[in-house]
Amino acid sequence: MPTLSLMPPEFSVLRDENKCIKCLACARQCGFDAQKYDAEDDRLYTIDANCVNCQRCVSICPVGALTIYKNPPPMRPNAYWSEGHLRNIIKQAETGGVLLTGMGNDQPFPSYFDRLLLNASQVTNPSIDPLREPMELRTYLGSRTEPVTLQEGQDEKTRTPLVPLETPIMFSAMSYGSISHEAFESLARAAKEFGTMFNTGEGGLPEDLYQYADHAVVQVASGRFGVHTGYLNAGRIIEIKIGQGAKPGIGGHLPGEKINAAVSATRMIPEGTDALSPAPHHDIYSIEDLKQLVFTLKEATRYQKPVSVKVSAVHNVAAIASGIARAGADIITVDGFRGGTGAAPTMIRDHVGIPIELAIAAVDQRLREEGIRNQVSLVAAGGFRSSADVVKAIALGADAVYIGTAALIALGCHLCQKCYTGKCSWGIATQDPYKTRRLNPEIGAERLYNLLRGWSHEIKEMLGGMGINSIESLRGNRLHLRGVGLNEVELKLLGVKHAGEAI
Amino acid sequence: MLREGDYRIPSGCAISGFINKDGSRIDGSSIIQSIALMQERSNGLGGGFAAYGIYPEYKDYYALHLLFEDKISRNQVEELIKDNFYIEAEDRIPTRHVRAISKAPLLWRYFVTPRVSKIHESQETEENFMTQLVMRINAQVNGAYVVSSGKNMGAFKGVGYPEDIGEFFRLDEYQAYSWIAHGRFPTNTPGWWGGAHPFTLLDWSVVHNGEVSSYGANRRFLEMYDYKITLQTDTEVIAYAVDLLVRRHKLPLELAARVLAAPFWQEIDRLPARERDLYTRLRVVYGSLLLNGPFSIIVGFSGGIMALNDRLKLRPLVAASKGNTLYVASEEAAIREICPEVEEVWYPRGGEPVIGRLEEEAQCRLSA
Repeated sequence: MPTLSLMPPEFSVLRDENKCIKCLACARQCGFDAQKYDAEDDRLYTIDANCVNCQRCVSICPVGALTIYKNPPPMRPNAYWSEGHLRNIIKQAETGGVLLTGMGNDQPFPSYFDRLLLNASQVTNPSIDPLREPMELRTYLGSRTEPVTLQEGQDEKTRTPLVPLETPIMFSAMSYGSISHEAFESLARAAKEFGTMFNTGEGGLPEDLYQYADHAVVQVASGRFGVHTGYLNAGRIIEIKIGQGAKPGIGGHLPGEKINAAVSATRMIPEGTDALSPAPHHDIYSIEDLKQLVFTLKEATRYQKPVSVKVSAVHNVAAIASGIARAGADIITVDGFRGGTGAAPTMIRDHVGIPIELAIAAVDQRLREEGIRNQVSLVAAGGFRSSADVVKAIALGADAVYIGTAALIALGCHLCQKCYTGKCSWGIATQDPYKTRRLNPEIGAERLYNLLRGWSHEIKEMLGGMGINSIESLRGNRLHLRGVGLNEVELKLLGVKHAGEAI
Repeated sequence: MLREGDYRIPSGCAISGFINKDGSRIDGSSIIQSIALMQERSNGLGGGFAAYGIYPEYKDYYALHLLFEDKISRNQVEELIKDNFYIEAEDRIPTRHVRAISKAPLLWRYFVTPRVSKIHESQETEENFMTQLVMRINAQVNGAYVVSSGKNMGAFKGVGYPEDIGEFFRLDEYQAYSWIAHGRFPTNTPGWWGGAHPFTLLDWSVVHNGEVSSYGANRRFLEMYDYKITLQTDTEVIAYAVDLLVRRHKLPLELAARVLAAPFWQEIDRLPARERDLYTRLRVVYGSLLLNGPFSIIVGFSGGIMALNDRLKLRPLVAASKGNTLYVASEEAAIREICPEVEEVWYPRGGEPVIGRLEEEAQCRLSA
């Protein structure tokens, strides 16, 4: 690496010397060595090139002396060669490596959530006030056996129990190892308190968190980290992870630096070794192989756990989903291209996959056309930013959604996209005990609980406005959606009418 | 302007119905009187009736009531009918001239029985064969519409005030053990007779007051079971939902009502284990058939009627009884109008079905 980088710093940290009291908190807390203290000169200074704009120093500065500015692009304006392109090229010219990044796709692709509007009742149909009337968000995940028979016991043995959620929002798969024990525990506790689920991700479940296993979706990914009978039987739902929205088609790589003793014990791999998840499962090269794994897991858990199969939203997702349903899965999880990640090649994250809105619409429609929609639950993931996004996803056809990025933001994440460095100043995407102790799981769980509570209240308000008092009446009810500024193909794919068209 | 069926029209309405549980049959004048009392609740843009037990002489034949907008559609349908059925009898549905009723379509009825060879060909049960044919006519033959298709029952409906429609169809000349009626207040100007209530399928007939905000979810669920939703109305969807639950999935009507107006989870959670399991399964499996939003409905079927409110009771529904007769209506006055000396009047709770069935003896007598 050349000593002099051609890359100008992306951010500048400005310190108001009049305000600064030299408490040194910024220097202590910066995870990226951008804030420095020179004891000899008793001087605080910044190395702008190191700053990732994670806002940790700004947030904790007791006197508000710090501001981070985005520097102007290092070239004259160019609509085609963006600053991002230049920075990437310079970086690669200096290192020769694959560009890495964290969190979800940040490129300006269209967001269909922002082109969909919801309905409300007027006159002919009273809106329902959630403060006065019951408003039900409970959602069950799993395969439905129909018709319902009155004979008891007969289908009891073959029936895999359904899993109730008190709100149709779960926490996405984020593995222990990629995130800290503190962050992981926060998710687990909040899920339990609210009556929903968290997802272990592919890194197993730490021994001390088995008390939350009843609210865990335990993942089985291509690396099989931390997978054993006890783990499978402890969880409430088992999820086979085929793909992830942020990086469809590729595996995972957790650097050895993040594999400390506890992570090593949970993942069942030696300390300090890289945890490499292969791109495909090496026992799944076709849909019939998937079926074998689904039933292997079901056998291992005596058909007591619904099995979910998680795939990235890719071009042929509807047909893939249909295959998954027919392979015996109880839940299909589709992860859209805005989904986050701890680490992904930038090109993959930003250019592979399709928007979750279109994927939900396509999968739901296909399963209905084939008459098998009731055999599976459809869970959507990938970039849910607000309760309105959730409502729109459910109206398009999802049973429930996963939130990952939103949950991390609730825990303090400021989307600096440097999770893959393991340096997270917020104690989330790091295993450095000096940083992880910044996150108190009790407070983290409370913040997550608050987020779920706020969103659930908002969903109830929106439902009531539509004259609906139960979430199942919204599921797949696309008549409550209207598109704005969408072309005919988009409207057709989403199965919605354009704003202004009557019912 | 689009025809009804091409778009959705929310309506407010009046409903009324009764059943003589001893099977005694009476003519249509009292149901007309009852529904006419609630003229305030309709606006002259739709009225209709369903009557059970009116065709004892043809009780083993499906009575197809049809409306045609022109002769072409009639020819097309008759061809379909001849292909698939033996026709025992056919005639124009008798009408009389009523000043308020104009521009009536062609109204015909056929008493038919499906050809066994055709049923075999379809590899379906007789009832499924019938429902598919009915939906085929509604969906595919332009200008034709099956008003009703059950045995020993018939629906009569059109654009106008219900009392005028009743007069027009000479309902005073039919004898039925149960009658249901509907007066409509659409928020639009439908000019099409097919859009009036009741909606029917086989023996089922539904009159409905309300707007179902879960329509999109209900509809998309039913489409999975080969129901062709042609009319864009809530009521059609309710008729199909009842058909799916009771006829095809063999649920008792009482439980089907608990699907359409499901108990709240907080109620289900308090039930004893066995019931809790059953009700949980019902909601989980048939959640998409929950009718959300305000409604009161009367469902007519062979041998009975059922009245049901949405679970918040956002639309009026009153029940009353005297002797062997069960009355249900939007307003108590509509019942007292035809039965001043009612013995019992009650307001069914939201989601609590009121069901009246023929007594066993009457059932046997009528079907013998």
